[in-house]
Amino acid sequence: MYEEDEGGPEVVKRFCYINRKAPYGTVYAHEMLETVLIAAAFEQDVSVVFLDDGVYQLKKEQDTKDLGMKNFSPTFRALDGYDVEKLYVEKESLAARGLTEEDLVVDVEVLDSKALGEIIDAQDVVISA
Amino acid sequence: MKFGMLINEGPFTHQASDSAYRFALAAIEKGHEVPRVFFYHDGVNNANTLSEPQSDDRNLVKLWGQLAAEHNIDLVVCVAAALRRGLKDDILAEGFRISGLGQLIEAGIDNDRLMVFGD
Repeated sequence: MYEEDEGGPEVVKRFCYINRKAPYGTVYAHEMLETVLIAAAFEQDVSVVFLDDGVYQLKKEQDTKDLGMKNFSPTFRALDGYDVEKLYVEKESLAARGLTEEDLVVDVEVLDSKALGEIIDAQDVVISA
Repeated sequence: MKFGMLINEGPFTHQASDSAYRFALAAIEKGHEVPRVFFYHDGVNNANTLSEPQSDDRNLVKLWGQLAAEHNIDLVVCVAAALRRGLKDDILAEGFRISGLGQLIEAGIDNDRLMVFGD
């Protein structure tokens, strides 16, 4: 582990997670969320980006009962408890799917693709799935 | 330069592991270092010693193990992803070890770049 006995971690890098896939058709979204939580535990500077079908991960009122799968969308609301507060959603991806910020389970910053590109460009580590 | 690597797909359905292997080879040939490769999602299947491709096909499970032995690369398989897919220590190929996601975050912190290979 990198945490010292006192104070913060030795190195803090900007970790950015890019979610591009819908929440239940594949396992990527669920497993990616586990990685986000670990990076936060290492006290890194974490951002999470949602674009393309990844915006569906944040859709309100997900009901997975008939799928037999766990609805993990409430975990996004718990992220600020892990000091993960930078959640970005691509404006074009929302619009293309008929969604607005009101449809999402958590407060996010909605940015157009150019502004989002600048944020991603400023990261040290970018992990996408 | 030091490259950490993340492989998110298994050895056959997707090209990710092949591309990653060739990237690692090329980087090492150019004098760079690859201290750690982390296997996540279906990427954990790269560590299954029971995998038996046909004899005229490449065997990425063995190739990764050989590369790791030659160049002292730490091949780490995510424990949670591995357990979901039935991969445990008793079928783990030589050169791999099972550990937690923290090893991926460390690879991001410790290296100059983290290269992600996936679908």
